[in-house]
Amino acid sequence: MVSSFSQQRWKTKHQPARADAFALERFTMQRISVALLAILLISLSSCGGQSKPSLTPSPKTPKEGGTLLIFAAASLTESFQEIGKAFTKANPGVEVTFNFAGANQLAQQITQGAPADIFASANQKQMNVVIESGQVVSGTAKVFAHNRLIIVTSKNNPLVSKDLKGLAKPGTKVVLGAKEVPFGQYALDFLAKAAKDKQFGKPYEAAVLKNVVSYENTVKGALTKVMLGEADAGIVYASDLTPEATAKVEKIAIPTSLNVIATYPIAVLKGSQQTESAQRFVDFVLSPEGQAILTKYGFAAK
Amino acid sequence: MQTTLPQQIVPRLALWQKHGSTLTLIVLALPMLCFVFLPLLALLLRASSTMLLKNLGNSAVGQAVGLSLLTTFITTLLALLFGTPLAYLLARRRFCGHTLVDTLLDLPMVLPPAVAGIALLMAFGRRGLLGPYLTYAGLEIAFSQAAVVMAQLFVAAPFYVKSATMGFAQVNREIEQAAALDGATPWRIFRLITLPLAGPALFGGAVMTWARALGEFGATIIFAGNFPGRTQTMPLAIYIGFELELNVALTLAVILLGFSFGVLGVVKGVLRREFVEL
Repeated sequence: MVSSFSQQRWKTKHQPARADAFALERFTMQRISVALLAILLISLSSCGGQSKPSLTPSPKTPKEGGTLLIFAAASLTESFQEIGKAFTKANPGVEVTFNFAGANQLAQQITQGAPADIFASANQKQMNVVIESGQVVSGTAKVFAHNRLIIVTSKNNPLVSKDLKGLAKPGTKVVLGAKEVPFGQYALDFLAKAAKDKQFGKPYEAAVLKNVVSYENTVKGALTKVMLGEADAGIVYASDLTPEATAKVEKIAIPTSLNVIATYPIAVLKGSQQTESAQRFVDFVLSPEGQAILTKYGFAAK
Repeated sequence: MQTTLPQQIVPRLALWQKHGSTLTLIVLALPMLCFVFLPLLALLLRASSTMLLKNLGNSAVGQAVGLSLLTTFITTLLALLFGTPLAYLLARRRFCGHTLVDTLLDLPMVLPPAVAGIALLMAFGRRGLLGPYLTYAGLEIAFSQAAVVMAQLFVAAPFYVKSATMGFAQVNREIEQAAALDGATPWRIFRLITLPLAGPALFGGAVMTWARALGEFGATIIFAGNFPGRTQTMPLAIYIGFELELNVALTLAVILLGFSFGVLGVVKGVLRREFVEL
């Protein structure tokens, strides 16, 4: 009763203004929709191929000595930052900046036109995506490193035995990568190999998969959960065990016969306006100095 | 409540004058409108209807949609249940540390969601503050649907509490006092006067909380992990899908947009009809 009374009072007081506002609103809405339609048409027509060529710089003016933008897989974060510093020291005047993310995400960004000079992928598949889209300077794609999987378990965890069988013990909380990201697919490949191995067999693969509590989208995400003790075990890249991480987890090596070796390809991209500097960076990664840095961070050399 | 508007004739001169300023206003408002509108439009243009239909049958899509609806519903319910008393307290009582509590409530909205996820782990994780007690009680929260709801609640509930506090504060106290003089009990006053008058604010706040919970990603993936069918909500499926199956991601994104647009649209319609003063 009281509430409707107060509302009634409110209404009568403000009614004229509201009626006016409604009329205006209708009018305004019409105008806005007309304007939006116009913009829509303009944007659509500009998509129709006329303005596209003008987006790419018509005559390629080489602008060497600027800043290289390198798209690199997240697992390369630490090693490439150090390589970047060493490269800048060896090549004064050339700055390098990085965009680290999942290789798949980077490949998407590049095919959608992100202005990168170099792409360093965590697997051949995503490099192929970029090559097929015609964005790679032909002949520049080269494998520069290998990576292998390793099992990590949380420290002081009585639940987990310190061998491969621990992953399959009922109740062990295991984190893997999502099958969409390379380290997740590699972990599944490792389990498939183990399933064919007499020592482990199909039940091992099934038991481990049953223990999975989360399919992470990044290696760092999986590692963090094991470091915090939230998960008991996880499968990550050997290169991800930074000194900080090593202090908080225990490692279990996966035998070479079962391990999956990840290949890391690197390439200069066509969109680059400084292909010469970009090529120099790629050469630097492949040089003994670059390879030494990669080895230091747990990668196997090319 | 009547909604009939007296059809008054607006003086033409005034209308003309207003038109001039409206035009200017439209021109000034257009950049912002286009900036928000164009990416959404681009998303819709990329998603063809055949692709949508094909991927709608995808079980991962269905699971993610179902899980998102279930968890956001529970989250909104919990926000209403536990947020309302807090909002009432903040609106009606002045106490030592009032501003502090008020500011603390802003923090989850400001924090990067990933930090919110880590904070939740530090509190409720196995090795967190309450971890040992929860383990003792046989409760394992991380990687469960409860964790999804908690992540959403932590990030989204402040939107409801903030809005409800404002709503309660704006209720005319004289009406409540009048009812009290007539002998109404505090609960009756709250139920029949305060609640209806603060209604639009509570409703609007609940919708904001729901919408924020529906889009929650960062805290969820850190606190609840990503497991299809168990903790993989729509935003997680969209992000993971973006890694490989762009079409699945686009399908989910369009569904998410559709749901949000539909619900927000209906809610705004209801608000306008039910509570004319909004």
